[in-house]
Amino acid sequence: MTIPVLKFDAVVVGAGGAGLRSAIQLSEAGLKTAVLSKVFPTRSHTVAAQGGVAASLGNSEEDNWHWHMYDTVKGSDWLGDQDAIEFMCKKAVEAVVDLEHYGMPFDRVDNGRIYQRPFGGHMSNFGEKPVRRSCAAADRTGHAMLHAMYQRNVKANTQFFVEWMALDLIRDGEGHVVGVSAMEMETGRIVIFHSRATIFATGGAGRIFASSTNAFMNTGDGLGMAARAGIPLEDLEFWQFHPTGVAGAGVLITEGVRGEGGILRNASKERFMERYAPNAKDLASRDVVSRAMTTEIKEGRGCGPHKDHILLDITHLDPATILKRLPGIREISIQFAGVDPIEAPIPVVPTAHYQMGGIPTHYDGRVVVPREGDPRSVVPGFYAAGECACASVHGANRLGTNSLLDLLVFGKSAGDSAAEDLKSGKAHRDLPKDAADRIRARVDALDKRTGGIPVFEARKAIANTMQHHAGVFRFSDLLKKGVTKILEVEKAIQNLEIKDKSQAWNTARIEALETENLIEVAKATMVSAEARKESRGAHVRDDAPDTPEFPNGRNDKEWLKHTLWFRDGNRIEYKPVSMTPLTVDTIALKTRSY
Amino acid sequence: MTTRTVQFRIYRYDPDRDERPYMQDLSVEVDSHDRKLLDALVKLKAKDESIAFRRSCREGVCGSDALNVNGKNALACLLNIDDLKQPIVLKPLPGLPVIRDLIVDMTQFFKQYHSIKPYLINNDPPPERERLQSPEEREELNGLYECILCACCSTSCASFWWNPDKFVGPAGLLAAYRFLADTRDQAANERLDNLEDPYRLFRCHTIMNCVDVCPKGLNPTRAIGKIKDMMVRRAV
Repeated sequence: MTIPVLKFDAVVVGAGGAGLRSAIQLSEAGLKTAVLSKVFPTRSHTVAAQGGVAASLGNSEEDNWHWHMYDTVKGSDWLGDQDAIEFMCKKAVEAVVDLEHYGMPFDRVDNGRIYQRPFGGHMSNFGEKPVRRSCAAADRTGHAMLHAMYQRNVKANTQFFVEWMALDLIRDGEGHVVGVSAMEMETGRIVIFHSRATIFATGGAGRIFASSTNAFMNTGDGLGMAARAGIPLEDLEFWQFHPTGVAGAGVLITEGVRGEGGILRNASKERFMERYAPNAKDLASRDVVSRAMTTEIKEGRGCGPHKDHILLDITHLDPATILKRLPGIREISIQFAGVDPIEAPIPVVPTAHYQMGGIPTHYDGRVVVPREGDPRSVVPGFYAAGECACASVHGANRLGTNSLLDLLVFGKSAGDSAAEDLKSGKAHRDLPKDAADRIRARVDALDKRTGGIPVFEARKAIANTMQHHAGVFRFSDLLKKGVTKILEVEKAIQNLEIKDKSQAWNTARIEALETENLIEVAKATMVSAEARKESRGAHVRDDAPDTPEFPNGRNDKEWLKHTLWFRDGNRIEYKPVSMTPLTVDTIALKTRSY
Repeated sequence: MTTRTVQFRIYRYDPDRDERPYMQDLSVEVDSHDRKLLDALVKLKAKDESIAFRRSCREGVCGSDALNVNGKNALACLLNIDDLKQPIVLKPLPGLPVIRDLIVDMTQFFKQYHSIKPYLINNDPPPERERLQSPEEREELNGLYECILCACCSTSCASFWWNPDKFVGPAGLLAAYRFLADTRDQAANERLDNLEDPYRLFRCHTIMNCVDVCPKGLNPTRAIGKIKDMMVRRAV
């Protein structure tokens, strides 16, 4: 069986922030680059980011990357790799300035510099008080950023393959990555993109949960492809629940609302965060705020007739500030909560938002796996950046605005590393002989199968299982049962059936192929979460409570290590956390409080 | 939980199966959590997976799910089911070739967007830090940069229907003005030259369908007027 083969120097999978940023580097380096995207690039989910991107520009008050680095390490509950975190925080200013030069319409302060607002967990002077570090374009920062980067790619003549879905990673006998197979959605045609460098920038998989801020297309395609190709997934037990998703709808309300002065209140209108985080209050780290809200609801202090949500109050702010700084939030609130936040508070609940883990990478964007005693051995030809990758800068909990920074810094470094590796000018490595047969067989099996379960049922099963068994708080018995359940769901998914056999824009088939990726992320999450017998960052278990020996339930003696989940045999390994920054002293382990 | 039935009339066409397009009557049960038209469509797709439409963010920022709903272009994720007359008549965006069901070929739309050089042009060596721009200068970009390229406007514009290959259309012209209005951009003359043509800009007859349908509340007609002003000012 033959499949057409297209040859490129580099193939970037995904055209969100990370993919577009790396494509700029590759195209401007003169490399023949293809960017594949399931959607037109400006529809990628980076577009939905609201509050800003972190960089210690110091435009409105004193700030520096050392403080940003400290906050990020602390936010990560010390699971983040300190070399990668130093790298990111140091590069932040340059990353934001690049965007400004591309034409991004940042808001401005009176002296003409970029506007910055406070954000959760970002503090001055090593955790003292909130600092203005988030560089913003109103509350549409992701939109402004994504469009600016797409526009820069138009200028650089990047070649886009729009509405193409990558199907599988292709590795040769020696483990080198030599390209991907992909399907053109309009025609159902399958093509192999044969490349010397393959960069995954496929975003997150928030759709494994029933209640998620994520777009429909956030199905973890890169993680599924990597897992099927034998690449382990790192730290997938750590999922961020954003404190403020619109109750019922899941749509995100930026933390920037609290940055501008918004307050969370329970049924008795109490500003309850004062009890949980006396210093940072509503601007504590996201995991801390989400747990506080969940506790308030569980203990009967939730709002509304069912006492099932919390109120986010900005009615005390000047309406002019809301209209200028939070216009998109007002729109969302009116649209999805039926509430004008100038007049009444917004009903919110913690909602699955961001995957801290992903494909293990070095901070230079190269994918690394354990081999022959080296925990970080490079997979030649393979790079990853953005939410699908794990550098790891977010560790056990990401700070708001560090995700946009992550995709800029690591998108760029992945592009630069690929460009550097390609300089040698070596020829393409041969494709494995069975590359075409393997992908054809996978798709044909799906097309021909009868008597299986439909896609929407499979997705519901994944989402409900994950929501119930691996939510904001985790319980050892639920996790154990969750592992059994998700493996049952996996069995059903091996038997997915689509009724639609058309070759033209077959959305049912695309959704089925996405489901095969979602289940890999779901398994990795559940198995890794069940295995980690401590509480850290976003992963808090009932059997690892706060004790004098283990404050916050964190056990550094046994669990200061990264999880690596392998699809083959559902196996787990661990690798050490990098505690050595590049140039500064280690930020020593400390109990986390805000 | 209270459920209610939503009735649809949907444009159907699968080039693999159908000789010609047809309208199909369908209905689906939705519950009290299903507020938006897109929620109902997703439920409907669970019943009949062959119905093809684009969607992604479901919150009005990605621009994927633009449709013609009861005769007017809109984003399915921003329309309340209860505000719509039933049966809800769904058609693909008018004026572009249909690929399948509610999915149109947007090539022409993006070609026009790309034709205005939608990127900042500034040939000075970039400074070490950000270029400066006053809050007032930045404010000029409000109402321009928020466009999500959903194509609701251009595909409701009679001039675009008539000359999609020659008239840039409201979305592309809004983007053109976004760069003309940016104090950091140095290519105003080149941009105006690019539009000085009987069709590219001047086919806008201020019918204002674009303003009427824009789901983000933007005003391409006003931006087009400002480009025309700049042309005039340049000429005198």
